[in-house]
Amino acid sequence: MLSHIPQAALDADPNVQLAKDIIGNCVHCGVCLSRCPTYAVKHEENDSPRGRIFLMKDMYEKGGVPDARTVEHLDRCLTCLACEAICPSGVEYSKLIAHGREYVEEHYRRPLFQRAVRELLVRLIPNARLFRLAIFGGRMGRPFRGLFSGTLRAMLDMVPTTPLPAPSPVDRPQTFLPTPVDGQAVKPRKRVALLNGCVQTVLDTAINEATIRLLRRHGVEVVVAAGSGCCGAPAEHMGDEAQALPLVKANIDAWLREADGPDGLDAIVINTSGCGTSIKAYGHALRLDPAWADKAARVSAMARDITEFMVELGLQEPTIPTGLRVVYHSACSMQHGQRIVNQPKDLLREAGFTVLDVPEGYLCCGSAGTYNLLQPDIANELKERKLRNIRSVHAQIAASGNIGCMTQLAGEAGLPFVHTVELLDWATGGPEPAGIKGHRLAAE
Amino acid sequence: MQMPEPSQAIISQRDALAQGLRQIVGKDWVISDDAQRRPYQCDGITAYMAMPLLVVLPGSAAEVQAVLRFCNDRGVKIVPRGSGTSLSGGALPLEDGVLLVTSRLCNVLAVDERNRVARVQPGVPNIKISEAVSHLGLCYMPDPSSQLISTIGGNVAENAGGVHCLKYGVTANHILGMQAVLMTGEMLELGGAYLGAAEGELDLMGVLTGSEGLLAVVTEIAVRLEPVPEVARVISMSFASVEEACACVGAIIGVGVIPAGLEFMDRKVLDAVSVLIKEKFDDRTAALLLCELDGTAVEVDALVGVVSDVARGQGAIELKVSTTEEERQRIWSSRKLAFSAIGKLCPDYYCTDGTIPRNKLPEVLNKMADMSKKYGLDYANCFHAGDGNLHPIIMYDASKPGDLEKAEEFGADVLIACVDAGGVLSGEHGIGVEKRDLMTHQFTEIDLQQQQMVKCAFDPKDLLNPGKMFPTLCRCAEFGRMHVHNGNLRFADIPRF
Repeated sequence: MLSHIPQAALDADPNVQLAKDIIGNCVHCGVCLSRCPTYAVKHEENDSPRGRIFLMKDMYEKGGVPDARTVEHLDRCLTCLACEAICPSGVEYSKLIAHGREYVEEHYRRPLFQRAVRELLVRLIPNARLFRLAIFGGRMGRPFRGLFSGTLRAMLDMVPTTPLPAPSPVDRPQTFLPTPVDGQAVKPRKRVALLNGCVQTVLDTAINEATIRLLRRHGVEVVVAAGSGCCGAPAEHMGDEAQALPLVKANIDAWLREADGPDGLDAIVINTSGCGTSIKAYGHALRLDPAWADKAARVSAMARDITEFMVELGLQEPTIPTGLRVVYHSACSMQHGQRIVNQPKDLLREAGFTVLDVPEGYLCCGSAGTYNLLQPDIANELKERKLRNIRSVHAQIAASGNIGCMTQLAGEAGLPFVHTVELLDWATGGPEPAGIKGHRLAAE
Repeated sequence: MQMPEPSQAIISQRDALAQGLRQIVGKDWVISDDAQRRPYQCDGITAYMAMPLLVVLPGSAAEVQAVLRFCNDRGVKIVPRGSGTSLSGGALPLEDGVLLVTSRLCNVLAVDERNRVARVQPGVPNIKISEAVSHLGLCYMPDPSSQLISTIGGNVAENAGGVHCLKYGVTANHILGMQAVLMTGEMLELGGAYLGAAEGELDLMGVLTGSEGLLAVVTEIAVRLEPVPEVARVISMSFASVEEACACVGAIIGVGVIPAGLEFMDRKVLDAVSVLIKEKFDDRTAALLLCELDGTAVEVDALVGVVSDVARGQGAIELKVSTTEEERQRIWSSRKLAFSAIGKLCPDYYCTDGTIPRNKLPEVLNKMADMSKKYGLDYANCFHAGDGNLHPIIMYDASKPGDLEKAEEFGADVLIACVDAGGVLSGEHGIGVEKRDLMTHQFTEIDLQQQQMVKCAFDPKDLLNPGKMFPTLCRCAEFGRMHVHNGNLRFADIPRF
């Protein structure tokens, strides 16, 4: 699509030039509408990728302050990237929307309440201690949820009703050697850094524990690097580059210190696909910063989802092939963001599970980082739709590779919802996942 | 490309009209804001844009009726739109017209397995019909390449085709009944919910199918469902010359085989595609045919033998036959990626759509090579060879002044060559605004007048999608009692393009 962005704007900001090039690749064919969750809910061009590309084109052409309607429609995008995955013309929507949002944050003054909520989330989520505190506060506020609406009520509703697990010892910086075999130390086949994440260390410590057990059992040395933490995605999704970049750089430093150390690093393993997508894009995010561009690109090149890594490594024979029917929910950041489609399902099958797909599997569950808090109405509609689809295949267990989706869906799915690695760990000799234990699984 | 002069009187009433329409469809479903109207400025052709007066998204057939009646009473034009994928500008908005979008009417209302009919709303994307009945082993056959999102209502308006229309027919062959609303708000029920239901009545469904939104707005459609073929296999056939490939197309049909699809790709397309699929094509190949055969396993195996023999007899240098579904998908991927692959070779491309008798393929393809030299623009060919439906892809750069106009002229020359070869202006994309001004090449003045009289019978005020399809606006009054007196044209103020 031809755009008429003023030359001065193009010269002033290489991201605007990039936006022009990306818009130029769009032929307005409309195929992206078929995969867009907000279009599925709203049926309106402005709430579709093609519509948003048009809105961004206008925003850059006009320059200055974007209008409130444009911002509203850009905000509604879940960044699920289903559009980018299906686009026949290879339009890099993810980059376009990311820079579009940065432009909005730079040029548009949000109403006070919106600003406060965003500021709160950006500070809260990456910080495990604050996040824990907030959940505690949320519990106290919960009885009063009826007094609130919109985002505040969504936040209270998100507060887990079950007690939080105690912080896990595995999430402290340290190195795990491969599991000894017959009492003998094993020479590591690979050495990897594990991103232990931010929210995950508070809400569900079992995931990292299972990941570390699984890797160690497969002869891998696992490092939780000192200084690594939140990937920066929550801030970045809200277009807040200033908050995101320090987190990104801290991770890069932490991992490269390991990679350039005496033992080196074969991969950076990530068990939350939302974070994986963001880390794989570090190279792009810092491409214009000469001091960081190469380092960021190195980190992105080393990033692997745990399922990608396990496929490369080869899964051990299952010790307890359960044959249970597992419905696999592919997170958007997994299937669209990272295009990891078959690996998790192949691994689950190898581990002895019967794998079922979710109908309309391409549709987002509405979680999308902080989206369920910022856009609760659309998020809830998508959640209900996803739950209906999950229930329709009559599985015994649901599995996913992203904590965000699990938090969004687990409570009401009507079946145990666990992380893919927990099942892989269980099948190859680990403990039965806590999420399954004690549940009466649906009959065969 | 000229459109009718917008009425400032109508434009000045925008706010009042928006208010009235909101009372019909609800406040959320009338879009009047500048920023929000802009994404509706074009459909699948971005070269033509116009800001719609208002965008209205009705939620029921009754609301469609009310919107049309409201606009008819006030002399406001209507442009119907589905998902906005038209490649002929059929849903190009009018500055003084309401864009009526059917995307909220997106339910499959009923499926009758025994009669193999589904009743659907017009905003249902084509593929969703097949998805809704796949558990019954049924599907909706017509498969335009936009089928993921193009709506069935739009398919009816354009009489869409697709790869499989060679064997199974176009949209018109798959519509059993419809409900449509006239500009006045009157509702028509045509045909019915079973094969043959339209028997004995005037074939108004045939008139409406392909009428490009000029006659009525379709609000419900009963479509025919077909069993999904048990087996499908594809043969990829390479030829050392375009002529041989073209001759083979005729020879296959000539021996009495109607393939499920028969597609042509030239060397330029193959080179572009091979980058994407990371697979090389034989150096000697100048053109490739993909021939899909479907049916029962026994039938398909036999047909594969027949077609392979024909292809060898026509000088095919290499034949590949799919043995598994995965292989079939892989062979087809080259065709499916063709347009995006070409898109990577040039900043912009323009794809037009004309149909010629199969035996004229080599002649018209040769003419295209000459035109390419004349205009200094590169082109590639990838088309539905079985039914002679050409889709030349003309490469240009929209940011270069004059390039788009050259591409348009090149496209027009191709279409004129199609008509001169005994063909027609469109195979499946429709006339819209893109081919409107070429209609005089295919039809005489009298032909066009006769067609416009049909338009007048349905929409005497010429409020439904005016400016499309016909190179002059309808002068309905003139077709009736009035006649041209002493050569003085009545209504001389009606603009002509």
